[in-house]
Amino acid sequence: MSSSDHEQLNIYGEYFDSRLLIGSALYPSPQIMQQAIHSSGAEIVTVSLRRQNSVSAGEDFWQLIKETGLKVLPNTAGCHSVKEVITLAQMCREVFKTDWIKLELIGDEYNLQPDPFGLLEATEILLKEGFKVLPYCTDDLVLCQRLADLGCEVLMPWGAPIGTGKGLINAYNLKTIRERLPEHTLIVDAGLGVPSHACTALELGYDAVLLNSAVAGAGDPVKMAKAFSHAVEAGRMGYVAKAMPEKEVAAPSTPTMGMPFWHQN
Amino acid sequence: MNLTYNGEAICVDSEQSLQQIIVSKGAKPPFAVALNGQFVPAGQLPDTKPNSGDSIEVLSPIQGG
Repeated sequence: MSSSDHEQLNIYGEYFDSRLLIGSALYPSPQIMQQAIHSSGAEIVTVSLRRQNSVSAGEDFWQLIKETGLKVLPNTAGCHSVKEVITLAQMCREVFKTDWIKLELIGDEYNLQPDPFGLLEATEILLKEGFKVLPYCTDDLVLCQRLADLGCEVLMPWGAPIGTGKGLINAYNLKTIRERLPEHTLIVDAGLGVPSHACTALELGYDAVLLNSAVAGAGDPVKMAKAFSHAVEAGRMGYVAKAMPEKEVAAPSTPTMGMPFWHQN
Repeated sequence: MNLTYNGEAICVDSEQSLQQIIVSKGAKPPFAVALNGQFVPAGQLPDTKPNSGDSIEVLSPIQGG
């Protein structure tokens, strides 16, 4: 049985019913953030660290997150070097008291594309330090294989650049990664815009999606969170049910046997 | 001596530990500390003394995607 065939989402040996991971940023208000997270049904929420004198960093935000009762996944967003991500991951582990780290190492400022070379280097170091690394990566098969070789049990290729809402811009690549790494937990992270994007990711056999902007930036974030929840459920059910084989030519669904007027004209 | 604290230039007594500097700046938990880009575990803060020109970062939870 492959990873994607399990009934629950497996993240480094912890199991979850929801296949939607949600971010805590960009909401119109802290209250809407809480309501949207609740509405999404997510069991995992992403957070980060910033200077304490920056806007809204600190105890008030942390208290709101704790009130959700969800598992926390800290990220290293904004880091541009291996040294930065290592330090930030270590700081996250102390503050959030978890070995989980969503490893983000940006290689290009224009589209916030992950740096694959630095990502491999940082992943190797952090795994040796006992972290459970969830690398945010591009949809490159060989990169994903190298991350898996290092010991990552979870991989998070992008659907599209962060915050673009473009969906799965290279479904072929994502599908190939799924086929080549059947035992790994695969999560599409970033770039989703509408619920059908999430549904497609799950239909491809991805184990989950991680999103933030698509919900926080919606006209009604609480309702959109619920819509994504349904989409993820539908996509997963469609994957488990196994889709019919695609065909190149039409095949009638209504029986032709007994058709009246058959070839009479 | 002169230091940088979360990007801000500050002047402190050269005998002060990281712990004392952070308390004097009114930092509220939860937070984690880095000195010159290296993580300093909470248990080592009382015994760590920065040098002139060092950079201290005190980070706390914030929203993330």
